[in-house]
Amino acid sequence: MEQTIFYILAAVAVVGTILAITEKHPVHAILYLVTSLFSVAVIFYLLAAPLVAAFEVILYAGAIMVLFLFVIMMLDLGHPEKGLSPHWREWLPALVLSGVSIASLAIVIFARHGVDVATVPQALAIREVAIRLFREHGLAVELISLQLLFALVGALYLGKQPKRGDSP
Amino acid sequence: MIVPLEHILILAGLLFFLGMGGLLAWRANLIMMLVCIEVMLNAVMLVFVGGSARWGNADGQLFAIFIMALTSSEVSLALAMVVYLHRRKRTVDTDVFSEMKG
Repeated sequence: MEQTIFYILAAVAVVGTILAITEKHPVHAILYLVTSLFSVAVIFYLLAAPLVAAFEVILYAGAIMVLFLFVIMMLDLGHPEKGLSPHWREWLPALVLSGVSIASLAIVIFARHGVDVATVPQALAIREVAIRLFREHGLAVELISLQLLFALVGALYLGKQPKRGDSP
Repeated sequence: MIVPLEHILILAGLLFFLGMGGLLAWRANLIMMLVCIEVMLNAVMLVFVGGSARWGNADGQLFAIFIMALTSSEVSLALAMVVYLHRRKRTVDTDVFSEMKG
């Protein structure tokens, strides 16, 4: 049952991503990507990581994609007829390069078809994850908080309206 | 573990290569380049969570959360940069920003 759900969600994620990167309209592309991210979030839940699944929905599909939508609408970029979408000639190197990568992935998989040992599914409790996070990775948490502060200051500086008379 | 780890890795690889191909194809549009980078980082998170579920270790989930925090700061800075560049040249075409002739 859960295996079937996993494969359906995997197909939804891949098809949503393909539609997102081939869509000419940026707003439609973002919405397709939100679909793909939701299915990946449910895959995270199936993989016994409910905390990451919740953060995926809240942060990725909620905050980051809405930020993209805000910027696209603020800059008035939602006009695919004005150009900026890749010509078919620009798709060729991308198709060739990712085709080579996917083909090599398939060759590696079919060459050594290892049997994975099935382990007991055990959901890690959020308490255990949190203890692990703050006891053993405290320095990383501090560094991430500093990084978020720098990003905030940098975004404020870059987004500041230039005063009249200043060179931009 | 509901599915073998291989299948999770195949899914993550497919998503990563799709993001990479999109990044190469959309190299004239700054916004779509950022979107494709998001797809690639999401695939990396899927690998971390799959490993965490396979070996029952919490570190994979923690790294997925770290990647998420990194991504949010990266996107906020990059979109602020896009707004700044759009204010200067009225476009998000990467070919216009070529004063350094790189």
